Amino acid sequence: MIDKQVSSLEEAVSEIFDGSTVMIGGFGEAGSPIELIHALIDKGSKDLTVVSNNTGSGHIGLAALIENKQVKKMICSFPRTANSMVFPELYRDGEIELELVPQGTLAERIRSGGAGIPAFFTPTSVNTPLAVGKESRIINGVENVLEYAIKADYSLVKCHKADRYGNLIYHATARNFGPIMCSAANIAIVQSKQIVEVGELNPEEIITPGIFVKRVIEITNPAHESELVAKQMKYPC
Amino acid sequence: MLDTKQIGWSREEMAQKVAVDIPDGSYVNLGIGIPELVADFVPEDREVIYQTENGLLGMGKVPSKEEEDRELVNAGKKCISAISGASYFHHADSFAMIRGGHIDICVLGAMQVSKNGDLANWSTGAKDDIPAVGGAMDLVAGVKRIFVITQHTTKKGLPKIINQCTFPLTGKNVVKKIYTNLAIIDVKEDRLFIKELAPNIDFDFVQKHTEATLFQYEKNNPSL
Repeated sequence: MIDKQVSSLEEAVSEIFDGSTVMIGGFGEAGSPIELIHALIDKGSKDLTVVSNNTGSGHIGLAALIENKQVKKMICSFPRTANSMVFPELYRDGEIELELVPQGTLAERIRSGGAGIPAFFTPTSVNTPLAVGKESRIINGVENVLEYAIKADYSLVKCHKADRYGNLIYHATARNFGPIMCSAANIAIVQSKQIVEVGELNPEEIITPGIFVKRVIEITNPAHESELVAKQMKYPC
Repeated sequence: MLDTKQIGWSREEMAQKVAVDIPDGSYVNLGIGIPELVADFVPEDREVIYQTENGLLGMGKVPSKEEEDRELVNAGKKCISAISGASYFHHADSFAMIRGGHIDICVLGAMQVSKNGDLANWSTGAKDDIPAVGGAMDLVAGVKRIFVITQHTTKKGLPKIINQCTFPLTGKNVVKKIYTNLAIIDVKEDRLFIKELAPNIDFDFVQKHTEATLFQYEKNNPSL
Protein backbone atom coordinates (compact mmCIF):
# COMPACT_ATOMS: atom_id res chain seq x y z
CA MET A 1 0.00 0.00 0.00
CA ILE A 2 1.17 3.49 -0.83
CA ASP A 3 0.55 6.09 1.82
CA LYS A 4 2.65 9.23 1.66
CA GLN A 5 0.86 10.96 4.51
CA VAL A 6 2.84 11.87 7.58
CA SER A 7 1.18 12.86 10.81
CA SER A 8 3.49 15.58 12.11
CA LEU A 9 5.46 18.50 10.68
CA GLU A 10 8.43 17.25 12.69
CA GLU A 11 8.32 13.92 10.89
CA ALA A 12 7.81 15.64 7.51
CA VAL A 13 11.16 17.45 7.68
CA SER A 14 13.02 15.00 9.93
CA GLU A 15 15.57 13.87 7.34
CA ILE A 16 16.66 17.26 6.02
CA PHE A 17 20.39 17.12 6.66
CA ASP A 18 22.97 19.88 7.09
CA GLY A 19 24.25 21.10 3.73
CA SER A 20 21.10 20.09 1.80
CA THR A 21 19.79 21.94 -1.21
CA VAL A 22 16.18 22.79 -0.42
CA MET A 23 13.69 24.26 -2.88
CA ILE A 24 10.94 26.29 -1.26
CA GLY A 25 7.81 27.07 -3.26
CA GLY A 26 5.99 30.37 -3.29
CA PHE A 27 5.92 33.70 -5.04
CA GLY A 28 5.97 36.06 -2.09
CA GLU A 29 3.44 34.59 0.31
CA ALA A 30 1.33 32.92 -2.39
CA GLY A 31 2.23 29.26 -2.14
CA SER A 32 4.82 29.68 0.61
CA PRO A 33 4.75 26.55 2.81
CA ILE A 34 5.13 28.49 6.02
CA GLU A 35 4.38 25.62 8.44
CA LEU A 36 6.99 23.36 6.78
CA ILE A 37 9.55 26.20 6.87
CA HIS A 38 8.92 26.72 10.58
CA ALA A 39 9.33 22.97 11.12
CA LEU A 40 12.71 23.22 9.38
CA ILE A 41 13.64 26.05 11.73
CA ASP A 42 12.71 23.80 14.68
CA LYS A 43 14.82 21.03 13.21
CA GLY A 44 17.75 23.44 12.90
CA SER A 45 19.47 22.00 9.79
CA LYS A 46 22.39 24.23 8.82
CA ASP A 47 24.42 25.28 5.75
CA LEU A 48 21.41 24.97 3.48
CA THR A 49 21.33 26.13 -0.12
CA VAL A 50 17.82 27.42 -0.64
CA VAL A 51 16.19 27.84 -4.04
CA SER A 52 13.16 30.15 -3.87
CA ASN A 53 11.96 33.09 -5.95
CA ASN A 54 12.22 35.59 -3.07
CA THR A 55 13.84 35.80 0.35
CA GLY A 56 10.80 36.15 2.60
CA SER A 57 9.17 38.98 4.52
CA GLY A 58 9.40 40.24 8.07
CA HIS A 59 10.74 37.72 10.58
CA ILE A 60 8.67 34.66 9.76
CA GLY A 61 8.75 31.89 7.14
CA LEU A 62 11.71 31.98 4.75
CA ALA A 63 13.00 35.24 6.24
CA ALA A 64 13.09 33.57 9.68
CA LEU A 65 14.97 30.56 8.29
CA ILE A 66 17.58 32.95 6.88
CA GLU A 67 17.64 35.03 10.08
CA ASN A 68 18.26 31.83 12.06
CA LYS A 69 21.52 31.47 10.08
CA GLN A 70 20.50 28.15 8.55
CA VAL A 71 21.02 29.29 4.96
CA LYS A 72 24.48 29.72 3.48
CA LYS A 73 23.33 30.46 -0.05
CA MET A 74 20.18 31.71 -1.77
CA ILE A 75 19.40 31.00 -5.41
CA CYS A 76 16.61 33.36 -6.41
CA SER A 77 15.36 35.95 -8.90
CA PHE A 78 14.12 38.73 -6.65
CA PRO A 79 15.76 38.94 -3.22
CA ARG A 80 14.28 42.27 -2.16
CA THR A 81 10.59 42.91 -1.66
CA ALA A 82 8.47 45.04 0.63
CA ASN A 83 9.13 44.06 4.25
CA SER A 84 12.23 42.11 3.34
CA MET A 85 14.96 43.22 5.76
CA VAL A 86 16.68 40.03 6.87
CA PHE A 87 18.32 38.99 3.62
CA PRO A 88 19.49 42.47 2.51
CA GLU A 89 21.23 43.03 5.84
CA LEU A 90 23.05 39.67 5.85
CA TYR A 91 23.95 40.09 2.17
CA ARG A 92 25.46 43.54 2.72
CA ASP A 93 27.45 42.11 5.64
CA GLY A 94 28.72 39.32 3.39
CA GLU A 95 27.14 36.65 5.59
CA ILE A 96 25.05 34.98 2.90
CA GLU A 97 25.78 34.07 -0.71
CA LEU A 98 23.45 35.04 -3.54
CA GLU A 99 23.10 33.48 -6.96
CA LEU A 100 20.80 35.82 -8.86
CA VAL A 101 18.94 34.09 -11.68
CA PRO A 102 16.36 35.58 -14.08
CA GLN A 103 12.93 34.28 -13.08
CA GLY A 104 12.26 32.33 -16.28
CA THR A 105 15.75 30.85 -16.26
CA LEU A 106 15.25 29.86 -12.63
CA ALA A 107 11.97 28.14 -13.53
CA GLU A 108 13.50 26.34 -16.52
CA ARG A 109 16.57 25.25 -14.53
CA ILE A 110 14.25 23.72 -11.95
CA ARG A 111 12.01 22.16 -14.61
CA SER A 112 15.08 20.70 -16.33
CA GLY A 113 16.33 19.33 -13.03
CA GLY A 114 13.17 17.28 -12.72
CA ALA A 115 13.04 16.33 -16.38
CA GLY A 116 16.48 14.80 -16.79
CA ILE A 117 17.82 17.66 -18.91
CA PRO A 118 21.27 18.60 -17.54
CA ALA A 119 21.53 22.01 -19.22
CA PHE A 120 19.95 24.16 -21.92
CA PHE A 121 20.61 27.24 -24.04
CA THR A 122 18.48 30.35 -23.55
CA PRO A 123 18.57 33.88 -25.02
CA THR A 124 17.64 35.35 -21.60
CA SER A 125 20.40 37.50 -20.03
CA VAL A 126 22.59 37.71 -23.17
CA ASN A 127 24.58 41.00 -23.14
CA THR A 128 23.91 41.52 -19.43
CA PRO A 129 26.08 41.04 -16.33
CA LEU A 130 24.18 37.81 -15.56
CA ALA A 131 25.65 36.17 -18.68
CA VAL A 132 29.25 36.92 -17.73
CA GLY A 133 31.37 33.79 -17.50
CA LYS A 134 28.72 31.55 -19.06
CA GLU A 135 29.24 29.49 -22.19
CA SER A 136 27.45 31.00 -25.15
CA ARG A 137 26.48 29.79 -28.58
CA ILE A 138 24.82 31.32 -31.62
CA ILE A 139 21.89 29.16 -32.67
CA ASN A 140 19.84 30.14 -35.75
CA GLY A 141 21.55 33.52 -35.68
CA VAL A 142 20.63 34.26 -32.06
CA GLU A 143 23.08 34.33 -29.18
CA ASN A 144 22.23 32.07 -26.22
CA VAL A 145 23.83 31.26 -22.87
CA LEU A 146 24.19 27.82 -21.37
CA GLU A 147 22.29 27.33 -18.13
CA TYR A 148 22.53 24.26 -15.92
CA ALA A 149 19.66 22.37 -14.33
CA ILE A 150 19.10 22.62 -10.59
CA LYS A 151 18.17 19.58 -8.53
CA ALA A 152 17.32 19.53 -4.86
CA ASP A 153 17.62 17.10 -2.03
CA TYR A 154 14.27 18.32 -0.69
CA SER A 155 11.45 20.57 -1.80
CA LEU A 156 8.92 22.19 0.50
CA VAL A 157 5.69 22.96 -1.33
CA LYS A 158 2.17 24.06 -0.44
CA CYS A 159 -0.93 22.91 -2.28
CA HIS A 160 -4.69 23.00 -1.99
CA LYS A 161 -5.74 19.34 -2.14
CA ALA A 162 -3.76 16.11 -2.08
CA ASP A 163 -4.37 12.39 -1.72
CA ARG A 164 -2.26 9.65 -0.16
CA TYR A 165 -0.66 8.90 -3.56
CA GLY A 166 0.74 12.44 -3.57
CA ASN A 167 -1.46 13.71 -6.39
CA LEU A 168 -1.83 17.47 -6.01
CA ILE A 169 -3.98 20.37 -7.08
CA TYR A 170 -3.21 23.97 -6.26
CA HIS A 171 -5.10 27.21 -5.66
CA ALA A 172 -4.86 30.18 -8.06
CA THR A 173 -1.40 31.77 -8.38
CA ALA A 174 -0.12 29.79 -5.38
CA ARG A 175 0.76 27.08 -7.90
CA ASN A 176 3.79 29.05 -9.17
CA PHE A 177 6.92 26.93 -8.52
CA GLY A 178 5.14 24.01 -6.81
CA PRO A 179 4.86 21.49 -9.67
CA ILE A 180 8.42 21.96 -10.97
CA MET A 181 9.93 21.95 -7.49
CA CYS A 182 8.19 18.66 -6.69
CA SER A 183 9.72 17.01 -9.75
CA ALA A 184 13.21 18.51 -9.24
CA ALA A 185 13.62 17.19 -5.69
CA ASN A 186 14.80 13.85 -4.50
CA ILE A 187 12.21 14.14 -1.75
CA ALA A 188 9.30 16.54 -2.23
CA ILE A 189 7.46 17.34 0.98
CA VAL A 190 4.04 18.93 0.54
CA GLN A 191 1.67 20.61 2.94
CA SER A 192 -1.90 20.46 1.74
CA LYS A 193 -4.94 22.30 3.01
CA GLN A 194 -6.88 19.10 2.62
CA ILE A 195 -6.09 15.43 2.08
CA VAL A 196 -8.88 13.61 0.27
CA GLU A 197 -9.53 9.94 -0.50
CA VAL A 198 -7.79 8.40 -3.48
CA GLY A 199 -10.14 8.77 -6.46
CA GLU A 200 -11.70 12.02 -5.31
CA LEU A 201 -9.37 14.17 -7.38
CA ASN A 202 -10.41 14.23 -11.02
CA PRO A 203 -7.52 12.68 -13.01
CA GLU A 204 -8.11 15.28 -15.73
CA GLU A 205 -7.45 18.05 -13.24
CA ILE A 206 -4.51 16.75 -11.23
CA ILE A 207 -1.62 19.20 -11.68
CA THR A 208 1.20 17.29 -9.97
CA PRO A 209 1.01 13.51 -10.47
CA GLY A 210 1.82 11.61 -7.29
CA ILE A 211 5.06 10.11 -8.62
CA PHE A 212 6.80 13.47 -7.99
CA VAL A 213 5.80 13.63 -4.32
CA LYS A 214 7.22 11.69 -1.36
CA ARG A 215 5.37 13.07 1.66
CA VAL A 216 2.15 14.95 2.29
CA ILE A 217 0.86 16.49 5.47
CA GLU A 218 -2.50 18.10 6.05
CA ILE A 219 -2.34 21.69 7.33
CA THR A 220 -5.97 22.73 7.41
CA ASN A 221 -5.54 26.37 8.33
CA PRO A 222 -2.16 27.57 7.09
CA ALA A 223 -0.96 30.91 8.45
CA HIS A 224 -1.02 33.93 6.15
CA GLU A 225 2.46 35.40 5.90
CA SER A 226 1.22 38.98 5.38
CA GLU A 227 -0.98 38.79 8.49
CA LEU A 228 1.94 37.56 10.62
CA VAL A 229 4.18 40.28 9.19
CA ALA A 230 1.52 42.93 9.90
CA LYS A 231 1.39 41.70 13.51
CA GLN A 232 5.21 41.89 13.59
CA MET A 233 5.41 38.26 14.59
CA LYS A 234 8.75 36.48 14.82
CA TYR A 235 9.59 32.82 14.48
CA PRO A 236 10.65 31.19 16.72
CA CYS A 237 8.45 33.39 18.97
CA MET B 1 17.05 71.88 -12.48
CA LEU B 2 13.71 71.99 -14.21
CA ASP B 3 11.28 69.37 -12.97
CA THR B 4 10.02 67.91 -16.23
CA LYS B 5 7.69 65.57 -14.34
CA GLN B 6 5.17 68.38 -13.90
CA ILE B 7 5.14 69.01 -17.63
CA GLY B 8 3.31 67.25 -20.45
CA TRP B 9 1.17 64.16 -20.00
CA SER B 10 0.17 62.78 -16.58
CA ARG B 11 0.89 59.14 -15.67
CA GLU B 12 -2.70 58.28 -16.59
CA GLU B 13 -2.45 60.05 -19.94
CA MET B 14 0.80 58.20 -20.69
CA ALA B 15 -0.91 54.91 -19.83
CA GLN B 16 -3.80 55.88 -22.11
CA LYS B 17 -1.38 56.54 -24.97
CA VAL B 18 0.05 53.05 -24.56
CA ALA B 19 -3.41 51.51 -24.27
CA VAL B 20 -4.63 52.82 -27.63
CA ASP B 21 -1.60 51.21 -29.30
CA ILE B 22 -2.57 47.73 -28.05
CA PRO B 23 -4.54 45.97 -30.80
CA ASP B 24 -7.70 43.96 -30.19
CA GLY B 25 -6.90 40.33 -29.36
CA SER B 26 -3.43 40.97 -27.96
CA TYR B 27 -1.80 39.00 -25.17
CA VAL B 28 -0.05 41.54 -22.97
CA ASN B 29 2.28 41.48 -19.97
CA LEU B 30 2.37 44.63 -17.86
CA GLY B 31 5.34 45.44 -15.62
CA ILE B 32 5.12 46.77 -12.08
CA GLY B 33 4.36 50.48 -11.49
CA ILE B 34 3.09 52.88 -14.20
CA PRO B 35 2.65 49.97 -16.67
CA GLU B 36 -0.07 48.53 -14.40
CA LEU B 37 -2.22 51.60 -15.17
CA VAL B 38 -2.40 50.68 -18.87
CA ALA B 39 -5.12 48.05 -18.29
CA ASP B 40 -7.52 50.76 -17.08
CA PHE B 41 -7.46 52.55 -20.43
CA VAL B 42 -7.83 49.88 -23.09
CA PRO B 43 -10.87 50.83 -25.20
CA GLU B 44 -14.01 48.87 -24.29
CA ASP B 45 -14.45 47.39 -27.75
CA ARG B 46 -11.10 45.59 -27.59
CA GLU B 47 -10.55 42.22 -25.97
CA VAL B 48 -7.04 42.15 -24.51
CA ILE B 49 -5.76 39.31 -22.31
CA TYR B 50 -3.25 40.17 -19.59
CA GLN B 51 -0.64 37.67 -18.51
CA THR B 52 1.03 37.96 -15.14
CA GLU B 53 4.25 35.97 -15.06
CA ASN B 54 3.59 34.45 -11.65
CA GLY B 55 1.03 32.21 -13.31
CA LEU B 56 -2.21 33.71 -14.61
CA LEU B 57 -3.52 34.41 -18.10
CA GLY B 58 -6.58 36.63 -17.82
CA MET B 59 -5.80 39.08 -15.06
CA GLY B 60 -8.84 41.15 -14.11
CA LYS B 61 -9.57 44.23 -12.04
CA VAL B 62 -8.35 44.93 -8.52
CA PRO B 63 -10.84 43.20 -6.17
CA SER B 64 -12.67 44.83 -3.27
CA LYS B 65 -11.11 44.33 0.17
CA GLU B 66 -13.65 41.60 0.98
CA GLU B 67 -12.92 39.68 -2.21
CA GLU B 68 -9.13 39.69 -1.78
CA ASP B 69 -7.42 36.31 -1.96
CA ARG B 70 -3.78 36.36 -0.81
CA GLU B 71 -3.06 33.52 -3.20
CA LEU B 72 -4.37 35.40 -6.23
CA VAL B 73 -1.73 38.05 -6.87
CA ASN B 74 0.09 39.74 -9.73
CA ALA B 75 3.83 40.03 -10.38
CA GLY B 76 3.94 42.96 -7.96
CA LYS B 77 2.40 40.65 -5.31
CA LYS B 78 -0.76 42.76 -5.19
CA CYS B 79 -4.16 41.10 -4.94
CA ILE B 80 -5.95 40.90 -8.27
CA SER B 81 -8.87 39.01 -9.79
CA ALA B 82 -9.14 36.51 -12.61
CA ILE B 83 -11.48 37.15 -15.55
CA SER B 84 -14.00 34.61 -16.75
CA GLY B 85 -11.99 32.37 -19.09
CA ALA B 86 -8.73 32.82 -17.18
CA SER B 87 -6.20 30.03 -16.69
CA TYR B 88 -3.52 29.27 -14.10
CA PHE B 89 -0.18 27.61 -14.79
CA HIS B 90 3.19 26.96 -13.19
CA HIS B 91 6.27 29.11 -13.66
CA ALA B 92 7.96 27.01 -16.35
CA ASP B 93 4.81 27.24 -18.50
CA SER B 94 4.52 30.95 -17.77
CA PHE B 95 8.01 31.60 -19.05
CA ALA B 96 7.40 29.30 -22.02
CA MET B 97 4.70 31.80 -22.98
CA ILE B 98 7.14 34.67 -22.47
CA ARG B 99 10.39 33.27 -23.87
CA GLY B 100 8.60 31.27 -26.52
CA GLY B 101 7.32 34.40 -28.26
CA HIS B 102 3.65 33.89 -27.44
CA ILE B 103 3.13 37.25 -25.73
CA ASP B 104 2.51 40.11 -28.17
CA ILE B 105 3.37 43.15 -26.09
CA CYS B 106 5.13 43.84 -22.82
CA VAL B 107 5.04 47.26 -21.17
CA LEU B 108 7.93 47.92 -18.80
CA GLY B 109 9.32 50.74 -16.71
CA ALA B 110 12.86 51.95 -17.30
CA MET B 111 15.79 53.47 -15.49
CA GLN B 112 17.60 54.11 -18.79
CA VAL B 113 16.92 53.49 -22.49
CA SER B 114 19.59 53.99 -25.14
CA LYS B 115 19.19 55.26 -28.69
CA ASN B 116 19.41 51.72 -30.07
CA GLY B 117 16.76 50.35 -27.71
CA ASP B 118 18.97 48.93 -24.97
CA LEU B 119 17.06 48.80 -21.69
CA ALA B 120 18.34 49.09 -18.12
CA ASN B 121 15.65 48.61 -15.48
CA TRP B 122 16.86 46.18 -12.81
CA SER B 123 19.93 47.49 -11.04
CA THR B 124 21.94 50.67 -10.61
CA GLY B 125 25.04 48.52 -10.24
CA ALA B 126 25.83 50.34 -6.97
CA LYS B 127 27.80 48.28 -4.49
CA ASP B 128 25.19 48.33 -1.70
CA ASP B 129 22.32 47.74 -4.13
CA ILE B 130 20.61 44.37 -3.64
CA PRO B 131 20.35 43.11 -7.22
CA ALA B 132 16.87 41.82 -8.11
CA VAL B 133 16.00 40.96 -11.68
CA GLY B 134 12.70 39.03 -11.58
CA GLY B 135 11.33 38.27 -15.04
CA ALA B 136 12.52 41.40 -16.87
CA MET B 137 15.36 39.73 -18.80
CA ASP B 138 13.09 36.87 -19.93
CA LEU B 139 10.41 39.34 -21.04
CA VAL B 140 12.77 41.41 -23.19
CA ALA B 141 14.31 38.23 -24.63
CA GLY B 142 11.02 36.68 -25.71
CA VAL B 143 8.10 39.09 -26.05
CA LYS B 144 7.44 40.27 -29.61
CA ARG B 145 7.22 44.01 -28.86
CA ILE B 146 8.63 45.84 -25.83
CA PHE B 147 7.13 49.21 -24.94
CA VAL B 148 8.66 51.38 -22.26
CA ILE B 149 6.60 53.82 -20.21
CA THR B 150 8.60 56.22 -18.08
CA GLN B 151 9.05 59.80 -16.95
CA HIS B 152 11.27 61.53 -19.48
CA THR B 153 13.93 62.42 -16.91
CA THR B 154 15.14 61.09 -13.56
CA LYS B 155 14.02 62.53 -10.21
CA LYS B 156 17.06 64.80 -10.45
CA GLY B 157 16.00 65.98 -13.91
CA LEU B 158 18.71 64.06 -15.78
CA PRO B 159 17.96 62.42 -19.13
CA LYS B 160 16.88 58.76 -19.07
CA ILE B 161 17.03 58.44 -22.84
CA ILE B 162 20.72 58.43 -23.55
CA ASN B 163 23.38 57.37 -26.04
CA GLN B 164 24.56 54.38 -24.05
CA CYS B 165 23.18 52.92 -20.82
CA THR B 166 25.51 53.29 -17.85
CA PHE B 167 23.48 50.93 -15.61
CA PRO B 168 23.68 47.14 -16.13
CA LEU B 169 21.56 46.11 -19.11
CA THR B 170 18.32 44.13 -19.00
CA GLY B 171 18.59 43.51 -22.74
CA LYS B 172 20.20 44.88 -25.89
CA ASN B 173 18.21 46.34 -28.84
CA VAL B 174 14.91 45.35 -27.26
CA VAL B 175 12.78 48.51 -26.88
CA LYS B 176 10.48 49.34 -29.80
CA LYS B 177 8.64 52.36 -28.44
CA ILE B 178 9.09 54.80 -25.54
CA TYR B 179 6.15 56.63 -23.97
CA THR B 180 7.19 59.50 -21.70
CA ASN B 181 5.39 62.48 -20.23
CA LEU B 182 6.89 64.62 -23.02
CA ALA B 183 6.65 62.47 -26.13
CA ILE B 184 6.11 59.13 -27.81
CA ILE B 185 9.33 57.97 -29.42
CA ASP B 186 9.86 55.16 -31.94
CA VAL B 187 13.13 53.25 -31.81
CA LYS B 188 14.18 52.43 -35.39
CA GLU B 189 17.53 50.71 -35.84
CA ASP B 190 19.74 53.00 -33.77
CA ARG B 191 17.75 56.19 -34.19
CA LEU B 192 14.97 57.73 -32.16
CA PHE B 193 12.02 59.30 -33.99
CA ILE B 194 9.43 61.52 -32.35
CA LYS B 195 6.00 60.03 -33.07
CA GLU B 196 3.95 62.46 -31.01
CA LEU B 197 4.60 65.41 -28.73
CA ALA B 198 2.63 66.15 -25.55
CA PRO B 199 0.46 69.29 -25.69
CA ASN B 200 2.49 72.52 -25.53
CA ILE B 201 5.77 70.63 -25.79
CA ASP B 202 7.99 71.28 -28.77
CA PHE B 203 10.74 69.21 -30.36
CA ASP B 204 13.56 71.38 -29.05
CA PHE B 205 12.32 71.06 -25.48
CA VAL B 206 12.26 67.26 -25.69
CA GLN B 207 15.70 67.24 -27.30
CA LYS B 208 17.03 69.44 -24.51
CA HIS B 209 16.02 66.77 -21.97
CA THR B 210 17.27 63.84 -24.04
CA GLU B 211 20.94 62.94 -24.34
CA ALA B 212 20.50 60.94 -27.56
CA THR B 213 19.82 62.80 -30.80
CA LEU B 214 16.14 62.80 -31.77
CA PHE B 215 14.80 62.74 -35.31
CA GLN B 216 11.57 63.99 -36.82
CA TYR B 217 9.57 62.02 -39.37
CA GLU B 218 9.36 63.69 -42.75
CA LYS B 219 5.89 65.19 -43.01
CA ASN B 220 5.40 64.01 -46.58
CA ASN B 221 6.20 60.41 -45.74
CA PRO B 222 3.33 59.14 -43.58
CA SER B 223 4.30 55.52 -44.15
CA LEU B 224 7.14 55.89 -41.67
